[in-house]
Amino acid sequence: MNEQQAIVEVKNLSVSFGGSKVVKDVSFTVRAGECLALVGESGSGKSVTARSLLGLAGPGSTVTAETLTVAGQDGRSLSQRSWRTLRGKEVGFILQDALTSLDPLRTVGKEIDDSLRLHTRASGATRATRVMELLEAVGLDDPERRAGQRSGELSGGMRQRALIAAAIALDPQLIIADEPTTALDATIAASIMDLLGTLRQAGSGVLLISHDLAAVAKVADTIAVMQAGHIVERGTRDQIFHDPQHPYTRALLAAVPAGKPRFVKLSPTEEASSQVHTRDSEQKVTAAEDAGGEAGAVVRPVLSARKLSKSFAKGKHATFMAIKDVSFELLPGRTLGVVGESGSGKTTTARIVLGLLAPDAGAVELFDEPWSSAREVDRRSRRSQLGAIYQDPLSSFDPRLSVGSLLADAVSFGATRNPRSHAARITELLQMVGLDAEMSGRNPATLSGGQRQRLAIARALAPQPRVLICDEPVSALDVSVQAQVLDLLDELQQRLGLSYVFISHDLSVVRHMSDDVLVMRAGQVVESGATERIFTSPRHDYTRALLAASPLVGTQESGGGL
Amino acid sequence: MRQLFRVLAAVVLLFFILAAIAPNLLAPFDPLAIDPAAAFSSPSAGHVLGTDESGRDIYSRIIHGARPSLLIGAMATAIGLGIALVLGTIAGFGGRWLDFGIGRILEVLFALPGLLLALVFIALAGPGVTTTVIAVGITAAPGYARIIRGQILTLRSSPMVEAATVLGRSRFHVLRVHILPNALAPIGVLATLGLGQAILWAASLSFLGLGSPPPTPEWGAMLSAGRTYLSLAWWMTFFPGMAIVLVAAAATVLGRSTKFGGVR
Amino acid sequence: MSTSTALTPRAPSLLGASVRWLLGKLMGGIFVLWAVATAIFFGIRMIPGDPAEAIMGGPGSQASAEALAAARAHYGLDQPLIVQYGRQLKQLALGDLGTSYSLKSPVVEVLGELVPPTLILASLALLVAWMMALALAVFSTRSGVLASAVASGLEIVSAAVPHFWLASVLIMVFSSMLGWLPPVSTNTAAGLVLPVFTLALPLAGFLGQVMRDTMMEAQRSAFALSARARGESETGILLRHSLRHAALPGISLSGWALGSLLSGAVVVESIFARPGLGRSLLSAVTARDIPLVTGVALLSAAAYVVIMTVSDIVERLADPRIKQS
Repeated sequence: MNEQQAIVEVKNLSVSFGGSKVVKDVSFTVRAGECLALVGESGSGKSVTARSLLGLAGPGSTVTAETLTVAGQDGRSLSQRSWRTLRGKEVGFILQDALTSLDPLRTVGKEIDDSLRLHTRASGATRATRVMELLEAVGLDDPERRAGQRSGELSGGMRQRALIAAAIALDPQLIIADEPTTALDATIAASIMDLLGTLRQAGSGVLLISHDLAAVAKVADTIAVMQAGHIVERGTRDQIFHDPQHPYTRALLAAVPAGKPRFVKLSPTEEASSQVHTRDSEQKVTAAEDAGGEAGAVVRPVLSARKLSKSFAKGKHATFMAIKDVSFELLPGRTLGVVGESGSGKTTTARIVLGLLAPDAGAVELFDEPWSSAREVDRRSRRSQLGAIYQDPLSSFDPRLSVGSLLADAVSFGATRNPRSHAARITELLQMVGLDAEMSGRNPATLSGGQRQRLAIARALAPQPRVLICDEPVSALDVSVQAQVLDLLDELQQRLGLSYVFISHDLSVVRHMSDDVLVMRAGQVVESGATERIFTSPRHDYTRALLAASPLVGTQESGGGL
Repeated sequence: MRQLFRVLAAVVLLFFILAAIAPNLLAPFDPLAIDPAAAFSSPSAGHVLGTDESGRDIYSRIIHGARPSLLIGAMATAIGLGIALVLGTIAGFGGRWLDFGIGRILEVLFALPGLLLALVFIALAGPGVTTTVIAVGITAAPGYARIIRGQILTLRSSPMVEAATVLGRSRFHVLRVHILPNALAPIGVLATLGLGQAILWAASLSFLGLGSPPPTPEWGAMLSAGRTYLSLAWWMTFFPGMAIVLVAAAATVLGRSTKFGGVR
Repeated sequence: MSTSTALTPRAPSLLGASVRWLLGKLMGGIFVLWAVATAIFFGIRMIPGDPAEAIMGGPGSQASAEALAAARAHYGLDQPLIVQYGRQLKQLALGDLGTSYSLKSPVVEVLGELVPPTLILASLALLVAWMMALALAVFSTRSGVLASAVASGLEIVSAAVPHFWLASVLIMVFSSMLGWLPPVSTNTAAGLVLPVFTLALPLAGFLGQVMRDTMMEAQRSAFALSARARGESETGILLRHSLRHAALPGISLSGWALGSLLSGAVVVESIFARPGLGRSLLSAVTARDIPLVTGVALLSAAAYVVIMTVSDIVERLADPRIKQS
């Protein structure tokens, strides 16, 4: 590999905006046919690093470097015109979020054609043929039709493929992919990664930017871990995964929930061993039985759903079956994971369980009493038994209320929003979720993502619920923050004997958090059962496909160290 | 830059508000005092902004005109917002049929855009200050109503309301505690922006001879009177117009400088 | 494995959907016209005062009782309200807008004469406004003190400069002081310049400001970054991406533009003594000539409905994100 020629050579690259340095003395090399992954959490400077390779660090940026060679050109002294000949021709750039990365007003064909038009003298007809070839090469069906469509008419995966087609139109030596799979479902993300792998095999150098170590494991040859503008560790994939040297790398790896049994701490703690908190499943079952009363007594579910169905009108005549015959039971003190890709009906199920939506058929019972069929007026007094947290906590807060007021409202069942009237309980709740009592006066909008989710948990716990519905509660968070929130949920479950319905698209998270799992697809439950059984011997093809698509979740040996 | 604009806007507004409250503090002359000898004086040390055809001091008239002009604008805005609040909240909360009905009403009002609605109203009710105020209020109402309705509908389906429902709050409680206060939060901004617009519209109607009658030192009426002497005494038109532009601009700058700026 | 997603076949129903959509717009338009006519009809009768008096030239005319009675009979004002209403609707449906009280000639004829000059004025103003707005928007997207000053200026011009004052200032400068252009709008090209610019400037300020915001957003978007990364120049991004995005809000604001142009026309036609809808509307309002006012109101309501429908269609063609629903 090393005899290959270097396409990118960067030595001591620094980028600053105004006075603040966001990239600090970063050095790396990308060779032909090699994939380097820059991995770091938001704000680590990885995207800015990638963009400086194209001279697109952004307005107001200052880029300095000892060496900044891209495709044989010295990027430190390149004119705008020379940059433009480099971009697209020698370096292909794939941005995250293909929805906004393709001009919504122009057809996909035109967008791809732009690369050809800008850098070649080929005729329109030749270019049109090439566009078809490219669309086919990236695995889009019916290229003729796709070329005439706009980004809004394509699915997320198709968009990402079209964007890749535009980037590889001129067989660039280097492909930079900035979070190419972040917004995609697991199976589609896997196929996009495969496509990038194919390009690497074909001889292009690939620079992959990601926040997710697990996501890059499949294609990266070398991984550089970035933190606060520095590369803190660099090594081959095996070195990074099996023998991480830097504490930050270790923390990142520890934060990956994949392959970690229930109740193993994901975030660093003061305790010497993370095993302290482990409780094996036998103990767990006993705990659940305790909650049910005397030993031997039948454990009644706290929440049960029977054959839930719901359809929505779609246009005038068509209806869309959001969920069909969804059944499950949630036992006291246990967690039921619900996993599925977008459109699988997870959120519809959650909304029915929360009594926000009435099912067309089927029923939900809460503590053996009718819930979904009850009138809202009668349900209201029982609502304190059931709490919820969401993916975007901020939007679930009244924007006029401070942290303390939000909690006062929840504690007092809406009677007051004056934090002073329930100061002690508010402080207790804040401490329970690991927030500072002084935060009471702050506006939730000024909190970090993790803090907001902690606040949402505190609010959900205020009425002392027994069951918590968690709808993608960590999907918007960085891995290390995700780890802390998951640990918090674990801890609260053990301390308060809570039962969770835990909804996520992320298999590794669900596996780590759940006792039982429900796999959903297109509104139906395709498989359900004990977590370990589902993950070790899946029975349904779809479950197997999901597992195969999720790196490090399955039982394959490659990720064994995790 | 923006900060400077905001400060300037506040100073301008405060100046004219002071003029409206206590014109005698700022105006050196009686706005109605006739002095034929001094007719059509160009701006000078004695009459900083010149005099009109009867020798009345333009500056003093502008200062004294602040009260009627601002008052007309403020009352028209209040009427417009009042109508909009009623229509907007009913449409936002009243369910599908009421929303549909009010939507149609708004559509009809929108079909007579700008001053047209005001002119039709004046044609029916006859000219005068009161009619002008009501006419401008009615003209402004549909725009506000649409904003308020949109605000309420967005809030009603927001995760915030869902979260409150999950916490066991009643519909009425959610409405009272969470939706209404948030929906009404932009009213202050709307009013500030609307004040500028209402003053413009009212002055336009006065200028067209449909508002305040001539001797009143109202800005639109002053402009209307000055129109005849445009080639002879430009200051008679220019300065009252400048007062209108200053107030409208100041209100707009202040209104837009807050976060809620998507009003048109 | 059956997915439970039921999709309607799109292609065959598309034409049907478009026809249905247009029909809906037509019905809506008829409803608006009916509502305007009805509101004016009952509005005039709720206000104290005798319509017959208005016909005779207002309360100041001191018309004799016989003359009033004759006028009442002539215009059918002695009939029961519901009969009058029914007759008015029937007439309107047949395209008869009645007879102007003040001009004593059929409103349809009067409007026929008034529409062309106003249409010329308004279309020219709209054209000039669009061109100025685009130029201003492109210019003010650049960074720098001057560009941001222009941007702030746009905001103020659009929101705070009334037509009547602008017209006065333009006359002062270009007619009284420089003597370049006539202060009265004759039917020559020179006579049109000042009225057109009076109407166009505030509109350009408003459109320019909205276009600028959209353009800035497009310049900063991920698709612009992608285009840059493809080797596109800043000019290319402007031409191929941002300008199209900037045009969209301009199109959808054409209803607002119509309002601004019509209100402006009332003022501008009066100041520049130019014949047209606006000036006649003003004199009709002053004379309380209800049939003429109703005629102008119905005409502009119809124009509003048509313009909104056309701009909807253009928007749908230009912006694939708006789906037919």
